[in-house]
Amino acid sequence: MTAFLQYLGQSTRISFTKLGRASYFLLQILAGVLSLLARPRLLLKQLYSVGVLSFLIITISGLFVGMVLSLQGYYTLSDFGAEETLGVMVAASLVRELGPVVSGLLFAGRAGSALTAEIGLMKATEQLSGMEMMAVDPIKRIVTPRFVAGLISMPLLAALFSAVGIIGGQMIGCGLLGVDDGAFWSQMQAGIDFRDDILNGVIKSLVFGFVSSWIALFEGYDAIPTSEGVSRATTRTVVNSAFSILGLDFILTALMFGEH
Amino acid sequence: MQHTSTQDTFVGLFVASGIIGLFFLAMQVSNLSSFVSEDSYTITARFANSGGLKIKSPVSAAGVKIGRVTAINFDPKTFESVVKMSINSKYNALPDDTTASIFTAGLLGEQYVNLDAGGSDTPLKNDGTIEITQSAIILEKALGQFLFKSAEEKK
Repeated sequence: MTAFLQYLGQSTRISFTKLGRASYFLLQILAGVLSLLARPRLLLKQLYSVGVLSFLIITISGLFVGMVLSLQGYYTLSDFGAEETLGVMVAASLVRELGPVVSGLLFAGRAGSALTAEIGLMKATEQLSGMEMMAVDPIKRIVTPRFVAGLISMPLLAALFSAVGIIGGQMIGCGLLGVDDGAFWSQMQAGIDFRDDILNGVIKSLVFGFVSSWIALFEGYDAIPTSEGVSRATTRTVVNSAFSILGLDFILTALMFGEH
Repeated sequence: MQHTSTQDTFVGLFVASGIIGLFFLAMQVSNLSSFVSEDSYTITARFANSGGLKIKSPVSAAGVKIGRVTAINFDPKTFESVVKMSINSKYNALPDDTTASIFTAGLLGEQYVNLDAGGSDTPLKNDGTIEITQSAIILEKALGQFLFKSAEEKK
């Protein structure tokens, strides 16, 4: 019994100190944002590796998710003779939920894990301490540009995901299943509100980008500097990002769409 | 590591395509385009019961959508429902004896305001009021009346 209580107390203490370190780390990142403006080239490089390299996986997944949504939605809707509302169904589920969430998960898997591994390895090979020796702040130089790049890329990737998904859904719905093209778009436009649906989706994706880049960078920076430590940190990044994205999605959905 | 200028190009392409995606969502997918650059004027109608009418419900005349409901309030003095509608300025010649009624699109569809033009020569002005209104038909009420009536007839 005492052993159990001791274990419980210890794990609580460990997780709280980790949370504290992570919050302090976030403050340090944010403090570096202004000095990043003086060096846009660092940001550009990270936008390339975080955003551009995730472009392909996001667009292809978006296309297939939209196509599957259209196919599945059609089978259910046609039972009620409501095939014309396929456009609203595809667009609403993509813009509100699947766009931000699935691209957030893909982003955590594709870019987040790479960030953790990169920073963890930098720490393991003592590049970060080397920088400190040369009086270069590794957080300002290495971490902040990656964080800002993640924050900028995520809403763009989520918007792309939704847009490509809707086009994919239109291709399958109107091309293959024979839903009327005009009804598809007009029902969609009547059913989707810019502020309630699209802007809320953008806010969601911003939050997910913030959280998953924060987790990825912190896990990398906090990793035990051995090859095993880095590999564990990478796993933790993907698992924790996925949990936080899905959990936050529920909370955000309840806050944004709960009143309707 | 790629040359910086090609990297620049790719980043530029990425950002541009993201913005195009957002723009596509805003203009093609949502109803934003139907709000842009439309002048409108406001008219008010008082209903004894506005039923399931909601803000943003369509306002149509002769089956054509000409505006939207912008506000629904309860008047504490007259116990009526005050419905404000914004009508596209293109249709500014509605006569001042226009009738407003609340209809339902289909059996289970959403409710909308239908305007029937009258015969007067003076048009409705901005912030004008429609005097003749017909309340929403509440299905339960109508059904109840029908059942009550048929029970009466059997006696």
